[in-house]
Amino acid sequence: MKIHASALLSGMIFGLGLAISGMTDPENIQGFLDITRDWRPHLALVMGSALVVSTLFFQFVVPRLKGPLFTASFLLPLTSVVDQKLIIGAVLFGVGWGISGLCPGPAVAGLAYLEPKILGFIVAMALGFKVADWLSAQMVPKQSEQQV
Amino acid sequence: MKGSLTAFPCYARLLANVVKQVDIPLIQESMIGGGLIGLASVALMLSQGRIAGISSITYRAIFPSVFELWSLFFIAGLVIGPLLLVTITDFEAPSFNGSWLSILVGGLFVGIGTRLGSGCTSGHGVCGIGRGSVRSLIATLTFMLFGVITVFLLGFLP
Repeated sequence: MKIHASALLSGMIFGLGLAISGMTDPENIQGFLDITRDWRPHLALVMGSALVVSTLFFQFVVPRLKGPLFTASFLLPLTSVVDQKLIIGAVLFGVGWGISGLCPGPAVAGLAYLEPKILGFIVAMALGFKVADWLSAQMVPKQSEQQV
Repeated sequence: MKGSLTAFPCYARLLANVVKQVDIPLIQESMIGGGLIGLASVALMLSQGRIAGISSITYRAIFPSVFELWSLFFIAGLVIGPLLLVTITDFEAPSFNGSWLSILVGGLFVGIGTRLGSGCTSGHGVCGIGRGSVRSLIATLTFMLFGVITVFLLGFLP
């Protein structure tokens, strides 16, 4: 119950943040990536502000805590290897991000605008998830890595 | 030390002038919104110890391997947030002028890329870098660089 309520609330705050900052507008994303033409710096400001909060928390608060409020322990990614998969993934994500002006957060939050294209993006993204699972199985036969 | 302290108002004024010179529209909205995104990541980690990585949470919500109802609640909240903003305030929903082709191809690439690369702008960009993860920093710099290259090249299309 507490877990679900806090997940809902965290999601709401996240969605509000994305919408207020203009990050659910693909033009602001592509405008940020368009450094040689009409550059829109918003994304840097948004990410910078988010990073101030998250960095202070992860660096100074988390180490002083025994664990989270409603579960047993902090589930932090254990992988620290920079491998081929990470780089290929980041390259493909960057290309898709540039083409569409959308990444997973703004796309899901954008469902609120009842825009058919957003739904299309999410269906295509879900298909992409499965393609990646298949690709991973081809690249490394046995791996049970978790996503960040 | 004392000198630098008394000079502080000067620095502040200088900074304010620089900000005014650059004249970034929506500067307050960007900072408040960004702060909320950071706060949401803190809330999810503090309450249940999970990284607020939207690509991973969306994957869990669409293809649950075990019963993970929390991910559906987070996704619901992610939609309710902007929905409240649109219905209660005079916030205008953005327009989506991109072609269906760019939306579908982009979506496919984003899906493959975030799954292979274990994260997106939120998981790597906000949480990962905040945790001091070199892996996340490299991933973020890589997808930003390729986003820039893609938009640069697309600009030459008619």
